Formats: sequence, C-alpha cells, structure tokens
Amino acid sequence: MIEIKNVSKWFGEFQVLADVNEVVQRGQKVVICGPSGSGKSTLLRCINGLEPYQKGEIIVDGVSLSDPKTNLYKLREKLGMVFQRFELYPHMTVLRNITLAPMKVRKKSRQEAEKKAMELLDRVGIPDKAGAYPANLSGGQQQRVAIARALAMEPACMMFDEPTSALDPEMIQEVLEVMIGLAKEGMTMLVVTHEMGFAREVADEIIFMDAGRIIERGRGDEFFKNPKSQRTKDFLGQILK
Amino acid sequence: MDAVLKNLPYLLGGFLTNLQLAAFALGGGISLGALVGLGRISKRPWVYYPVTLYVNFLRNIPLILVIFWFFFVMPILVGKTMDPFVSAAVSFVVFEATYFGEIFRAGFQSISKDLVSAAYSTGLTYRQTAAYILVPIAVKRMLPSLITQSIITFQDTSLAYVIGLQEMVRRTTIVDSLEVRSVQLYTFVAILFFVICFVGSRISLHYEEKSRKAKVL
Repeated sequence: MIEIKNVSKWFGEFQVLADVNEVVQRGQKVVICGPSGSGKSTLLRCINGLEPYQKGEIIVDGVSLSDPKTNLYKLREKLGMVFQRFELYPHMTVLRNITLAPMKVRKKSRQEAEKKAMELLDRVGIPDKAGAYPANLSGGQQQRVAIARALAMEPACMMFDEPTSALDPEMIQEVLEVMIGLAKEGMTMLVVTHEMGFAREVADEIIFMDAGRIIERGRGDEFFKNPKSQRTKDFLGQILK
Repeated sequence: MDAVLKNLPYLLGGFLTNLQLAAFALGGGISLGALVGLGRISKRPWVYYPVTLYVNFLRNIPLILVIFWFFFVMPILVGKTMDPFVSAAVSFVVFEATYFGEIFRAGFQSISKDLVSAAYSTGLTYRQTAAYILVPIAVKRMLPSLITQSIITFQDTSLAYVIGLQEMVRRTTIVDSLEVRSVQLYTFVAILFFVICFVGSRISLHYEEKSRKAKVL
C-alpha cells in the first residue's frame, strides 16, 4: 500500500529525514513514536505530498510521488489524515465539514453526502452535533468529527498525526476508542502517537524514530520488553513512567 | 434650503452615480482583491513578485493620479476615447484591489498551515481550498476592515469629478455656479455622505462586537 524507499529531506541545512525505509501493507497498523523533532510528522506530510522530499521515493498504491506527472490531489483522496489540532473548518457546521470534499471532489449529491456523513457521525458517537459549529464542541468531539471528515472520502489508509496530544486526559479515551474500532475493521493505519497502550493493542509494527532516522522497529510486546537500542530504552523509560 | 430643494432631483441623480461607481469599485475591487491577496501569499515567485510590485506601486500613488492616468492614457492604449464612468470604474477597481488585497492577505495569514493541509488531505484542489476555505474565513475574520475600506472607497468616488464625471460633487459645483449658495449646497452634500458612511461604520462596529462575542473564528 505504502512504500518508502531511502527518503531523505532537508529544511535548509537541517536534515529532518535520513534514509527512511518502510513498507506498510494493506490492513497493517503501524505506530510511529519518538521524541519531538524526530521527523515523525514530516514523514506523514511527505507521504501525503504536503511536503516535498529531496531524495528517495515514496510509492502509494503503485503511484510514485516523485513522478512529476502524479496528480497529488487524486492521490490524497486515498489517504485520510487527522491532525493534532483537529483543523476543522471553523466557518462550517460539523455536517458541512464532512460533506464538503465528497460533494466537491467526488461530486456526490448533497443528499447522498449527508446520509453518509450522518452514518459516520453515528459511528464516532456524536450524531446530535451535526448542526453545531466546531467552536462549540469539546476537543474530543472535534477530533472525532475530524476522523469522520477523513473517512467520508473512503480512504484506503488513515494517517494520524498525534491525534490525542492536544486533548485533555479525559477525552483521550473517546478518540482512541474510535481509532481502535477502525483498526478492528481492518483499516490500514499509520499513527504517530505516544499512547503506548494503543500501540500495544493494535500495532502490527512499532517504529521508533530519532533525528530523522528509524532507530528501531518491532512488534508490540517485543518492542516494549526488549528494546535493542539504548536510545529506545531511554525514550520508553521516559514515557512509560 | 431653496437652492438644494430646487435642484434636488439633479443633485440626487449625481448621488446615484456615486452609488453606481461605488458598486463597481467594491464588486470589482473586492473580487480582484481576494485574488491579489492569494497572489501575495503565493509561494510561486512568478505570481508573488508581479503581484507584490503591482500592490506596492499603486499603494504609493495618490488615487487622483490613477484616475487621471486611466482617463488620459487608456484612450492612447485602447485607441478610442473613454466614457468617464467606465474610466473611473476601471481606476477604482485597479486601485482599491490593492487595499482589499492587503486586507485579504492579513486574513489568509491568520489561517493555520495545518488547516490548509487538512483541506488538501481530503482531496480538495488549490482552487476549491481557496474558494471554500481561505476566502470565506478571511472575509469573516476581516469583515470590520473590509467595511471600513468600503466606506473609504465610497467617499473617494467623489474624486471622479476631476475627469468630468457627473457625480454629486461635480453637479454641486455646477449648481453653485448658477445659484451662488455655496454654504447650503456643500453642507447638504456633506450631510448626505456623512449619513451613509456613519451608518456603514456602525454596521462595521456591530460585526466587530458580534464576532468578538461569538468567538466562532
């Protein structure tokens, strides 16, 4: 589904990604963790074509992002993305937030788009908020709307960029539950998070990144019990305290 | 009030010209201004630099000069004499778009990069993102500034008298030369402008309050 081959990226002199290699198979759930500034979010943005990279190649569903002929807009329809700070459109109701892309990009009728949006709101547990504006929702509710908005385009893979780090502790669980539900339905997922409970429960693979490099990768329990590198041990020691 | 009352239809006819000119200036200036604002935040150098040059050039020239310039230079470029109204309308659109453009630019810059990324990540194109996300948010956030600039534009339409446009100030000078009632005539014109602009600024204030209270954006 997603192939990342020797990808490197620089912001000026500063190298943010260094020879990153990764393959995400359809249906696989990959969790990326690591200290801030380690390039996790940048990697997601590169996969979505939101940021350019200078070396290597990223292939999504058989289509190379390096190819200048690739239509990035078309490619992004396959990849849903959820951001740390929700990023709902503040001037639109929850329903409009979800139906905008299906109506404008997929040319669905309003009726069809709204029906699908209501199903999704039902699924994330807030069907009664369809008419509300984002400013009137709690953080957890906003993030669930953001997930519904991404799902409305029926993406083949969902990417999450620290979806719970801007949330109050009591709201983290409601968002994680939606994500766990998605994972159980077989969605391909690429999740940047420090929620190690979530990683343990759903991840097929956990990647630890530092200074733009993948330092270590492993399967759930094995990754937590026997981290190989000292850097990973230190990091896990800090966040599992 | 005799001179005013006697010539009221004639004077108000001139005022209608001010309103019509303002309608063109605002419709064109705000639409073009939104595009100018997008150009000013563009990462493409061949868009950014020409637009920036245009904005900086016109914002440092008096409006009256722009009105003269179009009136005298356009006929040479186009090859035929221009109607003063058309010439004035073009001048206003081109001139006001730079001011509205800077207001839009400030509005666009208040929108987070991730919000734009979120729109792109659902498959929306640049045009769709501009039309459904960037411009509407900028308009809402910058509404007080947009109204203020619109009021200034409306006042400035009287400057078109310099190219002989039969707007209200022009007609007042004509009436005054016949009636010789300068004080009452110009007071009347001033009051008419004041009322329209004062109502406008109150509306702007109302929106400012409202958006501050609602905190929607």
